Amino acid sequence: MVLIYIDQADQQIKKSSLEAISYGAALAKQLGVSAEGILLGTVTDDLAGLGKYGLQKLHQVADANLNHFDAKVFTQVLTEAAKAANASVLVFAHNLNGKAIAPAVAVKLHAGIVTGANSLPDTSNGFTVTKTVFSGKAFAQINIDTPVKVISINQNCFGVHTQEGSCAVEALSITIPAASIKVTATHKVEGEIPLTEANLVVSGGRGLKGPENWGIIEDLAKVLGAATACSRPVSDSDWRPHHEHVGQTGVQVAPNLYIAVGISGAIQHLAGVNRSKTIVVINKDPEAPFFKAADYGIVGDAFEVLPALTAAIQKSKA
Amino acid sequence: MKLLVCISKTPDTTSKIAFTEGNTKFDENGVQWIINPYDEWYALVRAIEMKEQDPAVTIHLVTVGEADAEPIIRKALALGGDEAIRINIQSNDSFVVASQIAAIAKEGAYDLILTGKETIDYNSACIGSMLSGLLDLPYVSLANQMTLNGNTASVKREIEGGEETCEVTLPAIVSCQKGMAEQRIPNMRGIMAARTKPLKVVEPIAVQATTSIKNYDLPPAKSGVKLVAADNVEELVRLLKEEAKAF
Ligand SMILES: Cc1cc2nc3c(=O)[nH]c(=O)nc-3n(C[C@H](O)[C@H](O)[C@H](O)COP(=O)(O)OP(=O)(O)OC[C@H]3O[C@@H](n4cnc5c(N)ncnc54)[C@H](O)[C@@H]3O)c2cc1C
Repeated sequence: MVLIYIDQADQQIKKSSLEAISYGAALAKQLGVSAEGILLGTVTDDLAGLGKYGLQKLHQVADANLNHFDAKVFTQVLTEAAKAANASVLVFAHNLNGKAIAPAVAVKLHAGIVTGANSLPDTSNGFTVTKTVFSGKAFAQINIDTPVKVISINQNCFGVHTQEGSCAVEALSITIPAASIKVTATHKVEGEIPLTEANLVVSGGRGLKGPENWGIIEDLAKVLGAATACSRPVSDSDWRPHHEHVGQTGVQVAPNLYIAVGISGAIQHLAGVNRSKTIVVINKDPEAPFFKAADYGIVGDAFEVLPALTAAIQKSKA
Repeated sequence: MKLLVCISKTPDTTSKIAFTEGNTKFDENGVQWIINPYDEWYALVRAIEMKEQDPAVTIHLVTVGEADAEPIIRKALALGGDEAIRINIQSNDSFVVASQIAAIAKEGAYDLILTGKETIDYNSACIGSMLSGLLDLPYVSLANQMTLNGNTASVKREIEGGEETCEVTLPAIVSCQKGMAEQRIPNMRGIMAARTKPLKVVEPIAVQATTSIKNYDLPPAKSGVKLVAADNVEELVRLLKEEAKAF
């Protein structure tokens, strides 16, 4: 059986988990086994409706103490759940919480793990998972050599797929261990789309000259419903917050569309964005290295091109 | 207060990535090795800052690797840290690596174990989490701020769309990322001092690998950029909608 970990925040299931369900369901079909989910805590989503992503059964440990993430506690509860359900493969989203617990659960289950998988495993001869390595500059095909296997999947690599179906919900009772951390403050950036969950990203570099010029980036992001990002020197100079820094030493993103404005395309920047499906580069220097990694490009001054592009997109949506 | 900082050796960020032996081995020819930036800039420098604030802090560094990892561990010692341990085995299997570190950690009774958020070569983000599983310790991942207060640490960590601050009772494991500390450059005094700091080499414990690398591939090259004139943004919008189906 394939067991998919369903991650929630603020009692809402994350989009990355819907993708993990779609992936886990496809894998279960490939292996000829059932696709089941495990949810810790309580959510407001329609749980039977998870069937439309391919989930056949959901095990829920419906204890409100689990509405706050605690890596050690979640590791123990998930390990017990996986053992009780006799799972042969566990699937996680390679999101922030998945990174914190999937390897620990693997260790507890004596399972081999591949994190950051890009596609369904090849199960024709063993169990081989492809993942990105060297910050997106290459792929590795890795065999998992243990009976139980754990995979965490890169966000936006598989997509969310829907079908007809409804899923059974079963309560699972597990003794919750004592909390190992105490959350004292939470700060959410209101009204912004989290970068790692975004389908569309508009990113600005040093070519924008200063923080006072970010209005044109934000306007474009707004008409598209995109998240905003930036290059490292931009966040190092405090023009933009650190969490917007993408690249090898920042956030790695893989949206459907990445628009890079006034960014030269240094190798360390590309390492964080080269899994994007479509890359658009707007740069006044035709020799900027970013054009070599781009699908579409405009050689021009951002201060002229961006407002025109924003207006054109607005018009096309009207 | 005893800190253990995990240090990994990775290719320089500008390295050309290539493979040999029928795409089954990373080609190390001409590769410059650096300390994994997350281990160095964030985990190690934050540990050094804590020692500067409280001289009762001792810092041990640990690396899992063969003799060719020594220049990297000496460089880390030049930045700061009291002594280093090298566990003499090269492995691409996170479980093997984490098990070696866990064995050292058990012996050393550390209060705090720090790792970088991931290495820039395998990007697995596994070691901190695996250590928490192996040692049954609390784990706070993707931390961008941390202060110590007696036997608790106050840690700020990234969550989707924001940050959360939490308190954790030591011993604990924390993985570090940007925000934690500022990059430093070793000075002459540090480099001289590092030469005589203890670097203990220990033999690995026996553990069975759980994964094996079959082969590597390079991503297919982009077919080439389509340029659109700066005064024809409507054409770009059309291409993005109709051809790329980007929105
Ligand atoms: C170890 C290491 C790790 C690193 N990690 C990262 C990382 O994670 N992320 C990252 O981004 N960088 C990283 N860097 C830095 C990287 O090497 C580059 O220095 C950086 O990405 C450059 O940022 P930029 O493109 O914004 O600025 P620049 O390189 O200065 O480029 C500015 C661009 O703007 C263009 N421009 C100027 N004016 C205009 C205009 N009016 N209209 C349009 N275009 C204009 C210019 O032609 C130029 O191409 C790292 C470096 C090192 C050494």
